[in-house]
Amino acid sequence: MPSLSLTVNGVTVDVEPGTTVATAAMQAGQPCRVSISGAPRGPLCGMGICFECRMTINGRAHCRTCQIRCEPGMDVKTDD
Amino acid sequence: MTRVACHKFDVIIIGAGPAGMAAAACAGESGVRVGLVDDNFSPGGQIWRSQRAGEPALEAGVWLKRIRASRIEPLCGFRVFDVPKMGVLLAETADDLCELRYDRLILATGARERFLPFPGWTLPNVMGAGGLQALVKSGLPIRGKRAVVAGTGPLLLAVAAYLRKHGAEIAMVCEQASWGSLARFAVALMGQPGKIVQALQLKKDLAGVPVTTSSWPVAAQGNNVLETVTISRRGKSETLACDYLACGFHLVPNTELAALLGCQIDRDFVRVDDFQRTTVPEVLCAGEPTGIGGVESALVEGQIAGLVSGGRVAEARKLFGQRKKLRSFAAAMGDAFQLRPELRDLPSAETTVCRCEDVPYSRLQPYPTRRAAKLQTRCGMGPCQGRVCGPATQFLFDWTPDSVRPPIFPARVESLAAVASSPEPEQEAITGGH
Repeated sequence: MPSLSLTVNGVTVDVEPGTTVATAAMQAGQPCRVSISGAPRGPLCGMGICFECRMTINGRAHCRTCQIRCEPGMDVKTDD
Repeated sequence: MTRVACHKFDVIIIGAGPAGMAAAACAGESGVRVGLVDDNFSPGGQIWRSQRAGEPALEAGVWLKRIRASRIEPLCGFRVFDVPKMGVLLAETADDLCELRYDRLILATGARERFLPFPGWTLPNVMGAGGLQALVKSGLPIRGKRAVVAGTGPLLLAVAAYLRKHGAEIAMVCEQASWGSLARFAVALMGQPGKIVQALQLKKDLAGVPVTTSSWPVAAQGNNVLETVTISRRGKSETLACDYLACGFHLVPNTELAALLGCQIDRDFVRVDDFQRTTVPEVLCAGEPTGIGGVESALVEGQIAGLVSGGRVAEARKLFGQRKKLRSFAAAMGDAFQLRPELRDLPSAETTVCRCEDVPYSRLQPYPTRRAAKLQTRCGMGPCQGRVCGPATQFLFDWTPDSVRPPIFPARVESLAAVASSPEPEQEAITGGH
C-alpha cells in the first residue's frame, strides 16, 4: 500500500491514501485542539458535528479534520 | 469579493445517506433534475461510510448505480449553512460559497449520536461508538488495540463486531438497557426475519466477548489520554484498561435545517404527512429526522419522498404498507433503548457538559431553561452550536431545544460578508438549469 507523509505539530506521520487528518493526528499522538480551559481534546463524533477535531492545516485555523483527507506535505497543528 | 457559484435544480436533496440516495434514485428516474448534496467527501452517509478512499459500503452500490444511471453527480463536500429565502440555500465548500436553488427540497439529514457527560468523557480517545467506527473507516489503525464499547442502542453490537473484525480486542460491551427490555425488543423483531439473521450474525461475530446489560461507564481516567474506564455493571463497579472507549447513547435526529426552514417539529422529530411532506410547502423529509428507524425505514421513506417529488404519487402509495411495518419496529426500538434515570447522576459538579465552552455541570444546575443557561454561561454557544450538549441537557435537566438561527454551521467570515454585502450576488452558473 503506498503511503504519504505529513507533519502534525512537527511529528512526521506516514498514512495510507484516503486517511483523514483527524486519524493522522491520533496516529501521531497529538491532540486536535486545546480547550478554552487548557485541556487536550481529540475527535468525538467522527462525522463533522462536534467540532472537537478542529485543527490548523497549512496555516488555516479551525479545519474539521474528520472531513478532510491527508495530502502529502500537509502541515497540521493543534488548534488553540 | 467571494465569488458565488450557483447551482439550480428541480429537486435538491440534503444528505446522501440511505434516505437521500433512495430519494435521489426515485426522483432522478422520474426525469426531474436532481441535486444530491452532502457535506462528506463521498456519498453513503454514516451507515454506508466507505472504507478509506473507496466506494461506499456494498449495500449502497445498487442505489449508487441507479443514481448514476440518472446522471446525478452527487455534490459532496457542500455544507448548507443558511436559507436566505425560500428556494435558496447557501452552502460552503472547502474554498467557495455556493448558492443552491430548488423548486422542491428533500431533507435527509440523518442522525447523530447522543452523548452523555460523565467524569473523564472529554479525554482524547473517548469518543462515540459510531464515532470510533467512522475514524477506523477513515484510516485509524485498530489492530491489537483494546476497546470498551458502551452506551445504548443497536449500534453498540454492530460497532463492536466491526472493530473486532478489524483486529481490535473488545474488553466489554456495556448496554445500559436491562436484559428484560432487550428481550421484549427481541420479541418485537420476530416479525422481521432479516433482523433476526442480522442478530444471529452479530452473536457469532461477538462470540467470547463479554456483553453486559444494565451496565454503563461512570468515569474515564488517564493522564491527557484515556487509560482506564470504570463501569457500573449491574450495581457493581469495575475498572478496565483500554485504548479506546466507544460510547454513544443511541441517536438524535439532525433537525437544524428543518427548524430553520420553519418545518414543524414534534417532540424532536420533523412532522411529515403520508407523502413525507413537512408543514412547509415543497419541503419533504425522509429518514432519521422523522423518527429513528434505521436503514430500512430510511430507504422506504426516501423512496416515497423521491417518488412524490418526481410526481409519481401512485407509486409512492404502494410503499405505505412497508413503511407502517418498519415504523412499528422503530417504536419498539425507541422503547427498548430508553435512557434509565440513573444516567442523570453521571456528571459530577466539575464534569464538563458543554465541551466547546468548557461549562461544568455545577454552573448549569441553577438555570430553569436552556436559554437562560446559554445567556449566563455560554453553554451551547460554541462551534457545535449545542449539537452535543443540547441533547445531553435535554436529558439531564429536561430543557427543551432552543430556537435555531443562521448560520446553522459556523461559516467563514468571507462567506457571511459576501451574503451580507450583496443580497443578489454576482452569479456564475456552473450547472445550467432551466
